[in-house]
Amino acid sequence: MAWVWRGLRDGIVTTRYPRRPDDYGEGFHGTIVVVDHGIAHGDASHRAAASAAFRCPTGAIAESGGEVRVDRGRCILCGRCVAARPDVFAFSSSLEAAAVARTALVVPQTEEDDGALVAVREALQRRVRALRRSIHVRHVDAGSDGSEEWEVAALTNPIYDVQRLGIFFTASPRHADVLLVTGAGTLAMAEPLRATFEAMPDPKVVIAAGTDATSGGLLAPSYATSAGVDSVVPVDVWVPGSPPSPFSLLHGILLGVGLLGSSRPR
Amino acid sequence: MSAVATSARVAAGELAETVADEVRAGGRFAGLFATGRAGGSTTLRAVVARAGSLVLTEAELGPGESRYPALTPLVPAASWYEREIHDLFGIEPSGHRRLDPLVLPLRAGCHRPRPGDPAGTDRIELDVAPLPAHVRGEGVFTIPYGPVRSGVFESVEYLVETRGEEISHLRTRVYHKHRGLDRRFSELGVDDALLLAERVEGTAAVAHALAFSQAIEELAGIEPPRSAQLLRVLHAELERVAVHLDSVIRHAEGAGQAVAYARMSRHREELLRLRARLCGHRFGRGVVVPGGVTGPARAEPEQALAHVNALEAAIAEDARALMATPSFLDRLRGTGVLPRDVAAAHGALGPVGRASGQGEDVRVQRPYGAYRHLGCEPAATDAEGDALARQHVRLAEIRQAFHLARQALEELVDGASSTWRVAVPPVSGVAVASVEAPQGELLYLVEAEGGRLARVKPRSASFHNLALLPRAFGGDIFTDFVFIEASFGLSIAGVAG
Repeated sequence: MAWVWRGLRDGIVTTRYPRRPDDYGEGFHGTIVVVDHGIAHGDASHRAAASAAFRCPTGAIAESGGEVRVDRGRCILCGRCVAARPDVFAFSSSLEAAAVARTALVVPQTEEDDGALVAVREALQRRVRALRRSIHVRHVDAGSDGSEEWEVAALTNPIYDVQRLGIFFTASPRHADVLLVTGAGTLAMAEPLRATFEAMPDPKVVIAAGTDATSGGLLAPSYATSAGVDSVVPVDVWVPGSPPSPFSLLHGILLGVGLLGSSRPR
Repeated sequence: MSAVATSARVAAGELAETVADEVRAGGRFAGLFATGRAGGSTTLRAVVARAGSLVLTEAELGPGESRYPALTPLVPAASWYEREIHDLFGIEPSGHRRLDPLVLPLRAGCHRPRPGDPAGTDRIELDVAPLPAHVRGEGVFTIPYGPVRSGVFESVEYLVETRGEEISHLRTRVYHKHRGLDRRFSELGVDDALLLAERVEGTAAVAHALAFSQAIEELAGIEPPRSAQLLRVLHAELERVAVHLDSVIRHAEGAGQAVAYARMSRHREELLRLRARLCGHRFGRGVVVPGGVTGPARAEPEQALAHVNALEAAIAEDARALMATPSFLDRLRGTGVLPRDVAAAHGALGPVGRASGQGEDVRVQRPYGAYRHLGCEPAATDAEGDALARQHVRLAEIRQAFHLARQALEELVDGASSTWRVAVPPVSGVAVASVEAPQGELLYLVEAEGGRLARVKPRSASFHNLALLPRAFGGDIFTDFVFIEASFGLSIAGVAG
């Protein structure tokens, strides 16, 4: 009985996200952005060349067409670029970090990507329409470092409380709508991962949770892992982060099952 | 500073006897590691912990030499280390009676990764067929549990041998998560290798960064500034609280204590947020670097102190209530007893060892950094050896960790210097560094030549302790499994490499 009162003691601690923005998720360092303070074109290309010379540990920074771009799918958020070039790179929010196309993780995005993205997103939404408001998630670790599992498990704590949104974790792939994969995709997990995917009924959504699952991160190239789980199962939603924050994961799940507004990384 | 007191070189044929003598003389076997060399030779290094120092014994195997007399018959704790070396190097410890694949089941005759040797293979062919899955005996059968398990867990496969309810034996398979870290390490420079070290066991990133950095600092002959050492203690101890809290959360979940599970999960979330406020990362990455730390804490130490105190009080109060809940205690008491003599013979590490009467703690036996002056008390020990004893030890360590974190913060409030990092020259040589990670002694063997990392070999406490897990099933049944596993608090990522 004592536990009942203890459980009520602190009132409601749950975030209002996604209905309302969340201060913590907003302020948390979950992504890298390229700072743009209205720099003149000549300066911009000079800046792009200079920052391309910065050596990113996972090769997430590249220059194309006179503009510097960050591939969040490769970024492990070590923050070295921010420390070295605060005029070019900055940390940004962990909200709205997930994307429905691998190319959409490269920021800033180009105009032509935008149109293609809308089409991808609409196709995904049509596919998952039948899922409605009861989503069962099966998590599979395909070679994570262990911290991803903590962040996934955090979704059930009272602060994120995903059950309130009709999202539940399930043990059986037969009951699962969403396959949430962490880790870069070790060779030995390829078969169990594929078998889990096959055992799930249609329609199903696959989420690559974290930078390792998206691109292999710091682990690839390696004899023991693939460069992301997309080579094993067809990924629908990419969630960057090393590890991805619970807010990023939640955004990824909501995006995958069509319960969100915008899919564009800001 | 140096953790290695003596280092000796012997013939490969004498390695087993030499290490066995050290263990007979009161040493604790702490690991056996191999380094491949260009040209095909291999160096074996055994580490034995003895009276406040580490003893390193080296032996060389020439090109084409693929056998040496195994340590395992004389020092049983070496078994997993020799299996790992067999997997990665194809070197056979003759006399080892169970050389099943551990981290990498390869097709016979397939090239091996040979970490350290640039000519080691980058292509492998897995073959899980040789793994035994069958048992013989009246009514005995096996139940495979994993690698995909019921819940949000790391992938690992347990093969449970049973007659129906009682678990008569347990086999563990960790190879599913093998990420080839050992080889990846030697492809990276010191700066990037640090980032990889933080990802060996993501939940103990600070401990790994610390052990790696200490090895580099030892080779460079440098000492980090005092403020950096204090900040390292702060982050390492908060990490300890988070990891121990995870074990408590899993126990509460397993026992169906819904409110305790919810409250403890919330405390952990608050703790991760506090850590992010201090350094920008929920798991403390990007703090510890060779030579010191990346910079001062982002939060004001006074503010952080208030947060630490509030969190400590909240956790302590719920822990007290949980440890006074009979339906919870009943599930843990007498469950998964790891006998004292088994723990002693194997040299069980961390809270698992301490709950079975093994008191060793690197912070006390071989103090490093700010622990040398903060005065770390010997950690709590218990002799019962059951899941409840491990829980008691972890809760005591949470209290101690908060105390140390507070001490470090108070000293930082009193006077933080402005230097947080000293320059690290290119390093050469071999060093073994050890820290007390949340799960116990963490070793890093680092071998460098002219600033290039030839070999980085982390040995997590989980690797050493997981070999003991089957020994804790003495008459326990299926429903005890979750508690025994949670009380061991293992990180599979750190085991599989």
